[in-house]
Amino acid sequence: MIRWIARLIGFAFVVVLLWALGSNLKAYFQSPPPATAEHEFHKEPKELHLASNGPFGRFDKQQLQRGFQVYKEVCSGCHSLNRVAFRDLHALGYNEAEVKAIANQWPTEVASINPETGEPATRKAIPSDYFPSPYANETAGRAANNNALPPDLSLMAKAREGGAAYIYSLLTGYQNQPAALLKEFPTAKTPAGLHYNPYFANLNLAMPQPLTSEGQVTYAPGNPKPTVDQMAKDVAAFLVWTAEPNLQGRHKAGWPVILFLIVATILAYLSYRNIWAEAKRKVAPVGPMDPANKAKRTRASKKAGIDE
Amino acid sequence: MATLEEKYAEQIEADHSLRRRDFINIAAVSFAGVGAVAVALPLVNQMNPPADVLALASIEVDISKIAPGQAIKTSWRKQPVFIRNLTPKEISEANAVPLSELRDPQTLAERTKPGKENWLITLGVCTHLGCVPLGVGEGENRGPFGGYFCPCHGSAYDTAARIRQGPAPLNLMVPDYEFNSDTVVTIG
Amino acid sequence: MSFAWAKPYEPKTELGRWMDERMPLPRLVFNAVGGGYPVPRNLNYGWNFGVLSGIFLTIQIITGIVLAMWYFSSADGAFTSVEHIMRDVNAGWMMRYAHANGASFFFIVVYIHIFRGLYYGSYKAPRELVWMLGLVIYLLMMATAFMGYVLPWGQMSYWGAQVITGFFSAFPLVGEPIRIWLLGGYAPDQATLTRFFSLHYLLPFVIAGVVILHIWSLHIPGSGNPTGVDVKSEKDTLPFHPFYTAKDGWFAAAFLTIYAAVVFFAPNSLGHPDNYIPANPLATPAHIVPEWYFWPFYAILRAFTADFILPAKLWGVLAMFASILLLFFLPWLDKSPVRSGAYRPVFRRFFWLLVVDVLILGWCGGSPATPFFVALSEIASAYYFAHFLIILPLVSKYETPLPLPSSITASVLHGEEAEAAPIGQAAPAN
Repeated sequence: MIRWIARLIGFAFVVVLLWALGSNLKAYFQSPPPATAEHEFHKEPKELHLASNGPFGRFDKQQLQRGFQVYKEVCSGCHSLNRVAFRDLHALGYNEAEVKAIANQWPTEVASINPETGEPATRKAIPSDYFPSPYANETAGRAANNNALPPDLSLMAKAREGGAAYIYSLLTGYQNQPAALLKEFPTAKTPAGLHYNPYFANLNLAMPQPLTSEGQVTYAPGNPKPTVDQMAKDVAAFLVWTAEPNLQGRHKAGWPVILFLIVATILAYLSYRNIWAEAKRKVAPVGPMDPANKAKRTRASKKAGIDE
Repeated sequence: MATLEEKYAEQIEADHSLRRRDFINIAAVSFAGVGAVAVALPLVNQMNPPADVLALASIEVDISKIAPGQAIKTSWRKQPVFIRNLTPKEISEANAVPLSELRDPQTLAERTKPGKENWLITLGVCTHLGCVPLGVGEGENRGPFGGYFCPCHGSAYDTAARIRQGPAPLNLMVPDYEFNSDTVVTIG
Repeated sequence: MSFAWAKPYEPKTELGRWMDERMPLPRLVFNAVGGGYPVPRNLNYGWNFGVLSGIFLTIQIITGIVLAMWYFSSADGAFTSVEHIMRDVNAGWMMRYAHANGASFFFIVVYIHIFRGLYYGSYKAPRELVWMLGLVIYLLMMATAFMGYVLPWGQMSYWGAQVITGFFSAFPLVGEPIRIWLLGGYAPDQATLTRFFSLHYLLPFVIAGVVILHIWSLHIPGSGNPTGVDVKSEKDTLPFHPFYTAKDGWFAAAFLTIYAAVVFFAPNSLGHPDNYIPANPLATPAHIVPEWYFWPFYAILRAFTADFILPAKLWGVLAMFASILLLFFLPWLDKSPVRSGAYRPVFRRFFWLLVVDVLILGWCGGSPATPFFVALSEIASAYYFAHFLIILPLVSKYETPLPLPSSITASVLHGEEAEAAPIGQAAPAN
């Protein structure tokens, strides 16, 4: 009974699925979905080698400081970084006084209240403050940017497919719309106010090219030349740190754990073999299965015409 | 067959010194034990204060509006802090007490900054079991020694916020602080 | 236990005797996983995944309790509290990554455990209840995992909650009210988050309870084995401790090494980047997918694209639920008297086809709904249902199984390679 019901239900599902398959295939061949500009011109992120990549990855503090400088001088005008606090900058190699000075001189002040009157006010940032947003709220951010809200950058390196490589590619990927694209998709012309970038999912990005010329940021002596490429790499490295400040600690903690577990596995395996040796001997080939006897048996079997 | 098996068993017993065989089992089990302890450490450690709490701001307090004889209560690291502007009478009362009479001997000078003996800055946390003593607000009970009085279990503090009576073992704690100017003090 | 030769519990110390007379907890443990539980001697590594599931359940409960000490289930604060755990709490990142990847590993282990059961006929008499209780655990795990994924309140969390509760709206009349009741509003919001947190905390303990029933019902007939032949004598078994504790021990250590490698070196590889964007009720991510362990079911859901008497949406939801519920009837769908797939040549081929089919379903479920993947998931879903509901009953009726070994010990002596050929009989042409 149960099998008859099962067969019926199974049959129903299979029929419905094949019906759906048939109608899908029909629709596909009658009117194949049109090719899209995104599908043909979107590019995967370029390769980016950072010191923090891979299981031995460590942060390059010098590079993080440069990236922070790029964020501060270029990005922070529009993009907030509100999950990172000034105190976190110690990890970049800044000392107490430097962190205090950075917080104190941050262009945007922290919202507070006037202690006398309770009116909204601002005050200078201190190390325990999080980076203040450039806009008072989301509406202000939209209003100032043609309704395209600049996203918070704290987690950007984890919140996009490709991570840091995506950020680097996007920053260096601005170009004029290729003629081939316009020829093939005349309607896909980048709308006014947007900017063509093949690394962006739909190719047209509201953010204008932020890193435009060499020397836009002046690096301290002893650092590489601030080319657009270098600045993009540095800020991508910085955003890896803001997204996961514990990355280096994670890698450092990981190796002892793995080594410990490997040794534990080996010891436990030896112990297992040791314990089981006894069990295996208990069913060791004795009697007719003993190797010596087995040869005899095989001979006997052959004689008797039994094929083993 | 049984005899064969028995023979085998005997041979095994003889072959392997028990000690060596047990050693590997003991080593494996001890490793598991060490591993369990190593796992327990972060599980316990996570309950410690997180980085944001440890980094909580030092606060700046404007003391220009505290008249002699008055006190204010402010909050530092989520704990109350008492800032009192002592009157000359209170200072002399505090200095008149012989140290031998004190449970936790400390002079007023040790509890204030040089030249600023009238500014008594202490945590408002009773050293007995952590209640907030009375005595800051206008008209509050300041206890038999004219300082602070903890209503929970009756600890009385004198004008230098030293313990004089009741169950508390220590004087009210003096936090780290510095005068930025005559009117602004940074606590923490 | 039901084995005459199971070692009796004999307390060795005075304290042990004292305890045994008052509350025989050590006796219970001894009879459950100690020397008092005789286990077939020929178990292969497929049988290690039961204990391993228990280990991962424990890891999830411990790390989960720790995370709950820091997590706020508030629509405004959930995402921030998770980031606070990641950045500021001592070893917080370790707890969170261990928990998030622990869920994935729990599912990996449980899937292997389930497929092992499917191959060796572990659902067959007298172990039907073991199988069904296992499925209950699996359903509870799915509910727990789904609700846990909502808690960080990222984009995938939010839209996952929206889409999965949307399943219920497929049912006519009652569907929409049920959805609104589940969410406590018209869209996922504070009420949803708080109740999901409450249930996410509760269900693992329910799972632990059902695990006890699962093990209890297993210990009545005893563990199965790769030959599917019943235990016949003491020679066929070994006491659980020390033999299987040692085997499980080393295997668990090896598996935990892989787990640790993922936690420490690739903790986001199984997650989705969009969940690092805070929930935004006004914008759905371009490509929403559930966590990987739900992909096969997601593919089945999406495979139904055409109305056929019933609306396509209802078919999809019914099929998705049916794809799991049909497993409850498996003991009665497959009536072959032979348990182990090792002795069922036809069954075995279909079994591996099913494995490939489920992998394809997973691949489809994790990919965007392009015409290719929809078509592929339609074929793969059709096979999935056909396999369990049509093929398996027929195979079990018409298949000629290979000769079984006379006993477990005979099979062991004969060596695993040729275990299908008992002594004196011609080996099957294979």
